[in-house]
Amino acid sequence: MSYVVSVRELALRFGERRLWDDLSFELAAGELLAVLGPNGTGKTSLLRILLGLIEPSAGSVEVLGRSPRQSRARIGYVPQQRIFDRDLALRARDLVRLGLDGHRWGVSLLTRDKREQIERALTEVGAAEYADAPIGRLSGGEQQRLRVAQALVAEPALLLADEPLLSLDLSYQRIITGLLDERRRRFGTPVVFVTHDINPILPTVDRVLYLAPGRWAIGTPDEVLTSETLSSLYETEVDVLRVRGRVVVVGTPDDQDVHHVHEHGQVHA
Amino acid sequence: MFSQLLAQHFVHTALLAGAVVAVVSGAIGVFVVTRGASFAVHAISELGFTGAAGALVIGVDPVLGMMSGSIVVGFVLGLLSLRGRERDSAIGAVLAFGLGVGVLFLSLYQGYATEATNLLFGSIVGVSDSQLRNLAIVASIVMVVIALAYRPLVFSSVDPEGAEARGVPLRTLSVLTFLLLALATAEAIQVVGVLLVLTLVITPAAAAQRLTNRPEAALLLSIGIALVSTEGGILLSLEKPWPTSFFISAISFAIYLIARIVDVARPRSTRMSAPQTV
Repeated sequence: MSYVVSVRELALRFGERRLWDDLSFELAAGELLAVLGPNGTGKTSLLRILLGLIEPSAGSVEVLGRSPRQSRARIGYVPQQRIFDRDLALRARDLVRLGLDGHRWGVSLLTRDKREQIERALTEVGAAEYADAPIGRLSGGEQQRLRVAQALVAEPALLLADEPLLSLDLSYQRIITGLLDERRRRFGTPVVFVTHDINPILPTVDRVLYLAPGRWAIGTPDEVLTSETLSSLYETEVDVLRVRGRVVVVGTPDDQDVHHVHEHGQVHA
Repeated sequence: MFSQLLAQHFVHTALLAGAVVAVVSGAIGVFVVTRGASFAVHAISELGFTGAAGALVIGVDPVLGMMSGSIVVGFVLGLLSLRGRERDSAIGAVLAFGLGVGVLFLSLYQGYATEATNLLFGSIVGVSDSQLRNLAIVASIVMVVIALAYRPLVFSSVDPEGAEARGVPLRTLSVLTFLLLALATAEAIQVVGVLLVLTLVITPAAAAQRLTNRPEAALLLSIGIALVSTEGGILLSLEKPWPTSFFISAISFAIYLIARIVDVARPRSTRMSAPQTV
């Protein structure tokens, strides 16, 4: 079995601060891995290592059998939603096009092939009807759909998403999750999904990588999201409850504690 | 009188110089406006003034001093690649100090005050043939670099997160943008002066943004607006002996106002949306 991503004995330190040691996991085709954990445990840094933007302190990473940097062109990336300027002279389709050849130097015309690819990505995320709208005048959810289209347009062999649901309402959280889920089911594109709230994506998650300060655990949601596992990760008594199909974590010692129960009763693992 | 002036060599030189400057200013302006860095233009231009004043004191060509001043500031701003409020206050602090130094240099300078006035308010009709040639060379360099780096320049200015993930070197492009801006600013100073650089670098791009939502069209429109303003301003100043810089800024501002009105007058649903082209 050949893996799309293989991470071996990875360590990350920032100066004196040790984020993790001996982190090892593999990602197979079609898998959806959720990366969970409190702030400051290196969730985003892990994605940046997979993109080849930063080097780990130790260990090795292979993406599609090569270094992350060499495979970067085949990685699709969905960042956090960030509102575009209202007056930006950029159409929805222009944002998607940037995912295709925006990183290339030199002069080039938009060929028929590229136009078709852009059209396909726009249709795939259901954004064809506002393809010519100025991006700054679209809603946050519509903009986020376009970021998914931008990530998909170059036919990626791996998808990385960094808190893509943040500040989206529930219906758009479902839409964005559905788009990523459908992609990996139809094309076998594995997804690494960084989130601080597992609940919106829980039904689609195959495995969870839980990063706690200085420690980590990986496994199916049922293996990792248990009182035993999290208690040993945090070295203190942590309770994991299942309430109406949602995961509720109580008692983590970090300062995130207060944020765990949100005003909607949503719980952030 | 108008047609007589129009036959003069110095008028031809001025019109050519104006055109060259308008093209670079209009082009780089689009990227500066997209990055929300209008204030940086002011800083680069005022420190260009400091450089020029310093050059006058030590007896060097002021244009050379101005170029050096602009480029140094452009490089530093690009390297810092600050965003938002932090950038505004940093630029404000640097700008104020630079201008203070410029004032000192001017007081030390024993020559004609006209040189300083020309720097501050522009002196398009005084452009010499060799100056025009230098303007054209610098402008060609800027335009070739913009053409070659066009896609990464756009990507990094509109969507830095996405661009970084695709391997676009953000810092390099930030430095590149501000260096190109410094060169364009140094060019524009020679036409409209230090205090009015914004009228060629920012106003046309801001107006263009209101008139189209296609990035390439915005670039061309911005260049077009800068051209109409500059050439129109020079021609009007032949007719009426008011400062050229006034006419240029008046025309570009009028176009900006019209662009805003046109944008507001459009119905909400079709506002800023371009016709189907694919």
